[in-house]
Amino acid sequence: MKDLMRSPVVKMMVARLLIGLGTIAVISFVIYGVIELLPGDIAREVLKSQATDESVRAFNERLGLDRPFLERYFEWLGNALHGDLGRSLISDVPVSELLAQRVKNSAFLAVLAAVLAVPLALLLGILSATFRNSVFDRATGITTLACVSLPEFALGYLMILFLAVKTGLFPSLSVIDPGAPLLERIWQTVLPALTLTLIVQAHMSRMTRSSLVALFQRPYIEMAELKGLRRRKVVWRHALPNAMGPIAVVITLNMAYLLTGIVVIEAVFAYPGLGQLMVDAVARRDIPLVQAASLIFATFYVSLNTLADVIGIVTNPRLLYARK
Amino acid sequence: MKKSSRGRLHWQPIIGATIVLFMLAVAIVGPFLMPYGEAEIVGFAFDLPSPEHPLGTDVLGRDVMTRLVYGARNSIGLALAVVVLSFLFGASLGLLSATLGRGVDFVLSRFFDLILAIPQKVFALLLLAILGTSLPVLIIVVAFLDSPRVFRISRAIGLEINALDFVETARLRGDSGLGIMLRETLPNSLPTLVSEFGLRFCFIFLFISALSFLGLGLQPPSADWGNMVRENASLIGFGEMMPLYPAFAIALLAVGVNLVTEWLAERWSNPAHE
Repeated sequence: MKDLMRSPVVKMMVARLLIGLGTIAVISFVIYGVIELLPGDIAREVLKSQATDESVRAFNERLGLDRPFLERYFEWLGNALHGDLGRSLISDVPVSELLAQRVKNSAFLAVLAAVLAVPLALLLGILSATFRNSVFDRATGITTLACVSLPEFALGYLMILFLAVKTGLFPSLSVIDPGAPLLERIWQTVLPALTLTLIVQAHMSRMTRSSLVALFQRPYIEMAELKGLRRRKVVWRHALPNAMGPIAVVITLNMAYLLTGIVVIEAVFAYPGLGQLMVDAVARRDIPLVQAASLIFATFYVSLNTLADVIGIVTNPRLLYARK
Repeated sequence: MKKSSRGRLHWQPIIGATIVLFMLAVAIVGPFLMPYGEAEIVGFAFDLPSPEHPLGTDVLGRDVMTRLVYGARNSIGLALAVVVLSFLFGASLGLLSATLGRGVDFVLSRFFDLILAIPQKVFALLLLAILGTSLPVLIIVVAFLDSPRVFRISRAIGLEINALDFVETARLRGDSGLGIMLRETLPNSLPTLVSEFGLRFCFIFLFISALSFLGLGLQPPSADWGNMVRENASLIGFGEMMPLYPAFAIALLAVGVNLVTEWLAERWSNPAHE
């Protein structure tokens, strides 16, 4: 146990986790603090024509703007840690109540997209690396480029056009009933999930391909080939295990990217998730709701990025088998 | 133009440059050639294509072709303004950070790290919610959120250049930090910064189109390739492709800029090709 604590890997991991926690803390400060950026009177700016002296005073009281900033921040953070994220400016309902079901819906969508995207990206990456410069490799390369160049929302509408409207295979808008059986929910969610899959698999499959191709230049792979092993065996038994670390890092980073893709894709499919809620709140300038949603997105985002770094540390053989 | 060492003609930059120049021409000259105004209602909603309206009319009965052309001007102009601002901010601080080093470098680097740690789209939504969605706010917010990437690359390039002998000579000669940055570091980092400019443009262009699509970018009745898709999206339910024309224009321009940028970057990094 003492040995374990002294190992450089554990030290780096602990350091990285602490940095992650610190980052989230600082981000929460930024998210709460940007409200101070607004020059002049935020109440009049937001209330516009409805700004009477009385409504302005009520507004300031509701956001606590009449008290010192640091006091308000720590109260907000403390409450947030207990799950109380304030009340909506528009509907006066507790923000946590508005968020609860939306977060679950978004999580469902994100997990379904990840379950589809990761195996697909790995498979495409490994196949294009194995048969590099073949027709298959070029075709996936071009498709990938097309997926990255099209705006995300256009990809969503293309899916609607071809997989819902023209062929009637899937529902074009997501009607989500939390009580519905699992298969029904997957059915309703599959089109937005597929769109997200196309967006994130592009980078993942290309990185899988290039990290494998880079390994193919190594002498030990040449040795395996010279021994007369089949291409397939060389890839799966000799190259892939050594590429898994970097690939896992890329996958985790793309899961973080997937989170932000949710914001746009939910709007396309009218999917009742956190992203959609946040966009609506921005349009209505419901600031407590926007801050709460930002905090949730940022926390997941930083956690996934931290996880990617930790995976990078754990799978780095130079650190694992460091010379004494 | 000489052929490359492999003896092949460079199709990539030719196609890319053609696309980019065409789009620029449409954006600059196009609005003067259109018979209708940007927000002028000229027919019924969703009229089919006809000689007067080659691409039909949109959800409010405005000419789609006209709006596409005005959209080119607005979308490209907006993205250019943002990239220029992002470079003014990010590149100057990046080169400054590389030249001055130590305390300044540490503080600036941590500051930009922090901005990068917050998901960009979410941060943009938060800032727009608080500051509103007027045009100047939009430009400043997106440029500010993009500048960390420009900062990082220009800092890295700056550090690389500052390690070279001629910078050392200038330092020994007694030049000031700012003088070194402007006379030595900046001119030598330009090639990299120019190709980075192309990449950032693509990224910002797609980013703003996403914001516009969400209704938080350029506000109606101004035409923008992102908000045009949203306005007409209901037509997709009838199996029509029209609402996606602006999206294809976005993709086409992104591919064009990418082709040119990639070629430039490769040429500069391998002088052997000359």
